Amino acid sequence: MRKLFQPVLAVAFGLILGLGVTRIAGESPWHVLQILWRSAFGSSYDFGMTLFYSTPLIFTGLAVAVPFQAGLFNIGAEGQLTLGALAAAAVGAVWPGVPWPLAPALAILAAVAAGTIWGAIPGWLRAKRGSHEVINTIMLNFVAAGLASYVTLYLLKNPDTQNPETRPVGAGYLIHQFGIFGGAPVSLALPLAILAAVLVWILLWRTVVGYEMRAVGQNESAARAAGINTGRMTIIALAVAGGLAGLVGVGEVLGNAGKFRLGFSPEYGFIGIAVALLGRNQPAGVVAAALLFGALHKGTAGLDLETEHVTRELSLVLQALIILSVSADGLWSWMKKREAP
Amino acid sequence: MTGDLAASTLRVSTPLIFAALGGMFSERSGVINIALEGLMLLGSFAAAVGTLVTHSPWLGSALGMASGVLLAAVYALFVIRLRANQIVAGTAINMLAMGLTPFMCKILYDVTGSTPSIPLSERFQSAPLYLSWALVAACVLWMKYTPTGLWVGFAGEHPEALDAAGIRVNRVRWMAVLVSGALAGIGGASLSVFLSSSFSRDMTAGRGFMALAALIFGKWKPLPTALACLLFGFADAVQIRLQGVAVWGGHPVPVQFIQILPYLVTILVLAGFVGRSRPPKASGTVFEKG
Amino acid sequence: MDHHFERRALKLACNRQFRSAAIKPPGSVAASRQGICDATRLEVLTLSAQIWTLPATMAVETTAAVELRGLTKRFGSVHANDGVNLRVEPGTIHGVIGENGAGKSTAMKMLYGIFPPDAGEIIVHGEKRVWASPADAIAAGIGMVHQHFMLAGPYSALDNIVLGAEPVRLGVIDRRRARIRLDSLARQYGLPVDWGAAIEELPVGVQQRIEILKLLYRDARILILDEPTAVLTPQETNELFRNLKNLRDEGKTILLITHKLKEVMSFTDRVTVFRAGKVTGEMATSQTNPQELANLMVGRKVVLNINVPVARSRDELAMEVVGLGLAGPVRGSRHKLSDVSFSVRRGEIVGIAGVEGNGQSELLQAVLHPREPLCRTSGTVRFLGEDVTHWDARKIRDLGVAVIPEDRQREGLLLERPVSENFLLGLQRSSAFSHAGLLNAKNLQTAAAQAVEEYDVRPRDLTIPAGNLSGGNQQKLIVAREFQRQPRLVIAAQPTRGVDVGAIEFVHNRIVRARDEGAGVLLVSFELEDILTLSDRILVMYEGRIVAEFQRGQVTERELGLKMAGS
Repeated sequence: MRKLFQPVLAVAFGLILGLGVTRIAGESPWHVLQILWRSAFGSSYDFGMTLFYSTPLIFTGLAVAVPFQAGLFNIGAEGQLTLGALAAAAVGAVWPGVPWPLAPALAILAAVAAGTIWGAIPGWLRAKRGSHEVINTIMLNFVAAGLASYVTLYLLKNPDTQNPETRPVGAGYLIHQFGIFGGAPVSLALPLAILAAVLVWILLWRTVVGYEMRAVGQNESAARAAGINTGRMTIIALAVAGGLAGLVGVGEVLGNAGKFRLGFSPEYGFIGIAVALLGRNQPAGVVAAALLFGALHKGTAGLDLETEHVTRELSLVLQALIILSVSADGLWSWMKKREAP
Repeated sequence: MTGDLAASTLRVSTPLIFAALGGMFSERSGVINIALEGLMLLGSFAAAVGTLVTHSPWLGSALGMASGVLLAAVYALFVIRLRANQIVAGTAINMLAMGLTPFMCKILYDVTGSTPSIPLSERFQSAPLYLSWALVAACVLWMKYTPTGLWVGFAGEHPEALDAAGIRVNRVRWMAVLVSGALAGIGGASLSVFLSSSFSRDMTAGRGFMALAALIFGKWKPLPTALACLLFGFADAVQIRLQGVAVWGGHPVPVQFIQILPYLVTILVLAGFVGRSRPPKASGTVFEKG
Repeated sequence: MDHHFERRALKLACNRQFRSAAIKPPGSVAASRQGICDATRLEVLTLSAQIWTLPATMAVETTAAVELRGLTKRFGSVHANDGVNLRVEPGTIHGVIGENGAGKSTAMKMLYGIFPPDAGEIIVHGEKRVWASPADAIAAGIGMVHQHFMLAGPYSALDNIVLGAEPVRLGVIDRRRARIRLDSLARQYGLPVDWGAAIEELPVGVQQRIEILKLLYRDARILILDEPTAVLTPQETNELFRNLKNLRDEGKTILLITHKLKEVMSFTDRVTVFRAGKVTGEMATSQTNPQELANLMVGRKVVLNINVPVARSRDELAMEVVGLGLAGPVRGSRHKLSDVSFSVRRGEIVGIAGVEGNGQSELLQAVLHPREPLCRTSGTVRFLGEDVTHWDARKIRDLGVAVIPEDRQREGLLLERPVSENFLLGLQRSSAFSHAGLLNAKNLQTAAAQAVEEYDVRPRDLTIPAGNLSGGNQQKLIVAREFQRQPRLVIAAQPTRGVDVGAIEFVHNRIVRARDEGAGVLLVSFELEDILTLSDRILVMYEGRIVAEFQRGQVTERELGLKMAGS
């Protein structure tokens, strides 16, 4: 129970401070809070959108949490999810005739593969060349953006529109959307995300590899002395993370847009960092935190419409404040053994 | 054509140089500064607002600098005093800036996109460019010849030695971080009040990270860092001109491949493929007495 | 006229005059001193005729440079210093000698202001002093050269020396002025250094010179050197002591913390011996000998010794090391290991005795992580017949090697994880606890519970973080884990460090049992108790080499102490 206390406190603190900021805009913080709540949970559509936003956050939250457990920082979830989504869309656009259920399976495989590769690269660089994954993952985010831009605009451009997006995937690729959410595109990606969380739990707590990863994250010297191959753990952790982030493509491409749209991600990768932190790098916590941040994202969308001056960017402010409060206390004892770039 | 390109390169590199030099102070003192992006962003916003209000780009830039210092103080508080993890806190600061700037833009100007345009007469024509290189020279001299420059270097390289010599390490780090905020703020100012005519949302577009990359490429020394900024600026200036024009084996080179060049180069440098780049030894660590 | 003596008398007088003046800012030190000296010169010259008639070796009643009275310091329940009395005459080289943990470092750190004493007084040049921090001690003229140098690699010697006391002109460091002062210091004390060279390019001996110059630059009159020769080659050692003699002759007082009897006998004027937090002797070096010093250093308190049955060792070698060498960090610096060769048979315990810092840690590193050579220059290592010189840690452990690490918190435990998880560390891939990549939690719980019971780890809770256990229980946990794999070779480093008496006995017994079950045991310890109780064969390490070998029962503590101190 005591362990839950701190994240809850951090959220409360962040919310209070953030809502306090809205006073500058001349709004009543209480009023803002009500709007947030209503917009996130008010109707089945609203709740559906909240779930829709939470789903990729589960993936990216896991994508940050797993490396954190191994003592690594994955700031590259944004690039990993971009390439994952791109891969899924590419497969669906290049081979549109493939029937269901082979089609989505193929696309999912492609998404995971692309993300995994994009995660393995900084992992390898860290393991073999010693260069810190923070800078490398950030750089790779930009490279991924460039690649995505190239593929979308030059190779797979949708001829029917001016929007920067790829050709639609074949019909067989689309996955089922749950109708009860009043039109919100909540798809099979959500149960997939929950499944991913369960699998991550099993990986971390029930497998040898997971144990070794966590040992490296806890105390690298002791792990090495015990014979654990720290380099291999680094690569595995980041590769798995990349694969998880790549799964965002499932929800977006197969379960929502049916294509890859440049810039579709409202910083899911970065918010994933907040999600992982708040969720204490535990799969269950990640799911809960993802729900919270998804709600925040949806909730603040309502602010645009219903207030004079407060906009949805408030969600970023709130998230930042939450991250700061979490990291000031608990994170330090977790991460003190890590070294710098 | 090349004269044009050179001029363009110099202009475009200016914000990078300010930010990278700011980052240098912080990082040399042992505090990783991922927050350059956010610091720049806030600075560019504040400078635009300041210029619109005072009709003077100098005063506007001063406001930009001040806002950078303020946000950097928040960062320093969490990272030095509260011992938060520097990378996480830096990311949070970036997010804070990315959220606060449209938020305040909406309050002041009723739109979240951009601030109103600043008339040409109220913008810088070339001053920041010259200033940035003066700054490079100043930094070279500062780090090499002043006591505080020496202290900053020791704070990052061997804080115990600095402490043993009787200098308060954390105080030095605070100053270094605040300076990085100031310089990044000015860098942001040069974006909105020099290179363009207003603040637009997320206009830094990764420049803060590019500045960080330039810093690493430049081995945390002022002059090589500035040259690295020139390199990145060159890539930036070139890609506009090369669109549709660059040719490789008969096919036009897609612009994205040129755009991602600086990032690829950074990765290669870091991996030790292109010379060795060693960060300050005590980088990212928390210093506690005793 | 004895020029040397006159010069010395003049310097002493000048120093005395200067000291009584207010402390000047560093930049103008040289100038002020010169002025005062000029004024004093006349005075002294008129006196010198009288002084000259006094025999040079007459014991003038001088104020002690340093006096410690009843100095006491407790760390938890440990009395690091218990009523320490020490007196250092000015202008002498004073040796401070004792085993690891005897309290000499603690006393010196208090003298230097790193932490305050719980009781007792520090008197410097006749004045009782209280330090808030080393800055105060520095201002009073005390300087310390630590064992681990406080030098920043990429910066120049000059920058490192002037840090915090930079001469400033118009806001800029006046390196020229610093250089002038440093040149004169270098000339005066015979400590030439290339001021512009970067630290990381300089050999260790020169780095040490720079550390000393740091003190001289700040006009230290009392210099404390902590184990200065630990990192020096023999030639560098000779040079260091030449320099120290110069310094002494120029009027400085030098405190030399060391465990090396040879150095004390050759180079000091007086010596104080520490043992278990107290001073056991203080005398002029000329009036003592290594034997007596060893006695004073190594007197043993009575500890329950377990009865160790005679070993029945086999012929099979558990471990063999041939010609192991490890180079130092910078070219030209002393080798950490030189041509180390020994073997451990199955069924015998070989103990490596030695004072900390003589290569034991390096030996363990080189032997357990041969694939990560820290500039390993030569040699082979064989475990149980296999050449492991190029193996990685996992393969080595899988051979059946148990390791009790030197620093259990850093290398042996996951402090924030529960006891059960710690029990798994190193064993996670064994067939008992895993299958097809999945962990067998049930087996782990059962085995861990059993082990915790058998080894009496308290509390018996498998879920609490390992960091919550006491040192002794942590060690028992590690022993339990390591012996789970029924090892054929045991490498135990500092097995009783930070462990309470009851657990010590337990650990000793378990090691002997392992030996009797056929394992070869390599024991590395700074505690003579461990070595003498357990070892069937004792090897002594000194300065990176094996310098002696004894069979069980054929050597006394004192002899051992002597060998450990280099005699």
